[in-house]
Amino acid sequence: MPEVLKAPLVVEFPFTRSLGSVQSAFLTGLRERTVLGVKTTDGKVMVPPVEYDPVTADELRDLVEVESTGTVTTWAWNPEPRRGQPLGTPFAWVLVRLDGADTALLHALDAPGPDAVTTGMRVRVRWAAERTGAITDIACFEPYEGEAADAEPAAHDGQFDDAVTGIVAAARLDYVYSPGRAQTAYINALADRRTVGERCPSCRKVYVPPRGACPTCGVATTDRVEVGPAGTVTTFCIVNVKARNLDIELPYVYAHIALDGADLALHGRIAGIPYDQVRMGLKVEPVWTEGGRYPDHYRPTGEPDADYDTYKELV
Amino acid sequence: MREVAIVAFAQSDHLRTTDELSEVDMVMPVLHQVLAQTGLRTSDIGFTCSGSSDYLAGRAFSFTMTLDGVGAWPPISESHVEMDGAWAMYEAWVKLLTGEVDTALVYSYGKSSPGSVRDVLTRQLDPYYVAPLWPDSVALAALQAQALIDAGETDETALAGIAARSRESASANCHAQVKGSVPQGDYEVQPLRKGDCPPVSDGAVAVILAAGDKARELCERPAWIRGMDHRIEAHSLGVRDLTDSPSSRLAAERAGAFERPVDTAELHAPFTSQEVVLRKALKLGDDVAVNPSGGALAANPVMAAGLLRIGEAAARIHRGESDRALAHATSGPCLQQNLVAVLEGDAR
Repeated sequence: MPEVLKAPLVVEFPFTRSLGSVQSAFLTGLRERTVLGVKTTDGKVMVPPVEYDPVTADELRDLVEVESTGTVTTWAWNPEPRRGQPLGTPFAWVLVRLDGADTALLHALDAPGPDAVTTGMRVRVRWAAERTGAITDIACFEPYEGEAADAEPAAHDGQFDDAVTGIVAAARLDYVYSPGRAQTAYINALADRRTVGERCPSCRKVYVPPRGACPTCGVATTDRVEVGPAGTVTTFCIVNVKARNLDIELPYVYAHIALDGADLALHGRIAGIPYDQVRMGLKVEPVWTEGGRYPDHYRPTGEPDADYDTYKELV
Repeated sequence: MREVAIVAFAQSDHLRTTDELSEVDMVMPVLHQVLAQTGLRTSDIGFTCSGSSDYLAGRAFSFTMTLDGVGAWPPISESHVEMDGAWAMYEAWVKLLTGEVDTALVYSYGKSSPGSVRDVLTRQLDPYYVAPLWPDSVALAALQAQALIDAGETDETALAGIAARSRESASANCHAQVKGSVPQGDYEVQPLRKGDCPPVSDGAVAVILAAGDKARELCERPAWIRGMDHRIEAHSLGVRDLTDSPSSRLAAERAGAFERPVDTAELHAPFTSQEVVLRKALKLGDDVAVNPSGGALAANPVMAAGLLRIGEAAARIHRGESDRALAHATSGPCLQQNLVAVLEGDAR
């Protein structure tokens, strides 16, 4: 069996997220170098603050300002920082209970090595030079010698000019995608301008493109079958909306095409005929462009239309 | 309450990479095996439920592809959870308890090899305060491990012992990925060394559930589900006591685990340090066989490793090696969510 195909696949997604009033105050506060917490019903101060008590589900709105210094409650030394993490050099992950708070915040600690980090050590916030209203406005923590202040945190109204009301949470994940055995064979055949499907050993149906299994019988389809090149339009629609970066004149026709010998219609664009003359039963054939890895579109063969009964099972 | 049992269990070999296999190629043999064990056909199954995650595949609605392996025509009653298959099994169990169906097929799979599972799992974290920092799954487990060490509940030597015992047990498991004597290796994130961390695995698992007499008909010694419960803790790690797992304890209590002793516990503890937390939370004595399969340290197909624990526990009952077993599944960072099932064989 030839080796399966593999290709890099990058998934990137910028989620735009709106903030509730407490989150908005906290993240806007970070932009202004002010750390806010929220008081729970029983008087505990949560940093980072949330809008509902995780234990009682009480609504929490009473903001207080805590210190930007704190104590490490647990840590882990990260010898090889990964993409997106706060520091590019080896650092410690830390949970820090800021002075005035009763819960801990997760962040990075810039320290020379694991021997310089202990649970209970004192740290302070190192602010990012450019701050936008995000958790990354805290660049990291750094060691700090001072003692904890024992004053009660003061109430804060959470009001700032130009409050941040949303964040963009950008994410990127890298994959190496492999389509597996069946689709590798399909794609490799397309490179030779052939279309191959696979036949179900049980119901004898030929699936194009093949996915390796018969969805009706739940068994592997291993018997490879060449189909087409010509086929029949089983159904179609007229597209009047232009997709981004799509270099096709509107309107165009998008159709389901049952290739000769296939028991499942695949989809493709119909051209070489005015859009309003495309019809069910139209016989079409693939048109390949120079260097194309798959048919660019399908055009009429000029044969008489197929009788409805010959393809009605595939509509 | 209606009696429901696990009557069949099958799993794939768990491997670091399975490039030549699509998801359906990986899942289909396992589905065929559980059906063959019971003699059931797809059309005999009352309800089908699966667990998996699109983030592993990097593709939307990836679970629909594996449905091809079930044979979903004529139309079947089907559901999916974007979680470990243990939670899919919970859904199926509830469905059987209602009396609406008598049998259920539950399967799950994880193909972790296409992406970087350490990074992929960051996307399940709080998107406002945590995910933008990209703390990976090993880093978060290491914070929990250090908290345990600081609390005097374990040390690096004891953790290495858990790793060694798990992989030694896995030697008897022909499907396991990492087995035998394996060096602890360097720190991944201190205090966790490579040996404290689970392998990156591709794999699949399936079980069949049946109710009452149907279960007795399909299996010589059904693994009766005496109770099952799942619980969740506060989202923020800084709010929790990382050395404990109150959600596991509560789930175990509600599942009836503490009513009588268990002889076997299959714990879903991908990191050695998590076994320390779970043994305490679930009140497991030294006389309990913990992870005789090797557990998630021997094979960790994400989204299948929890259902695997339940399946392994059930299989020991089927084989007569256990009379009362506890099976545990987890999801999320540092044992965020926990499910406990209590399984029993008929008295001998």
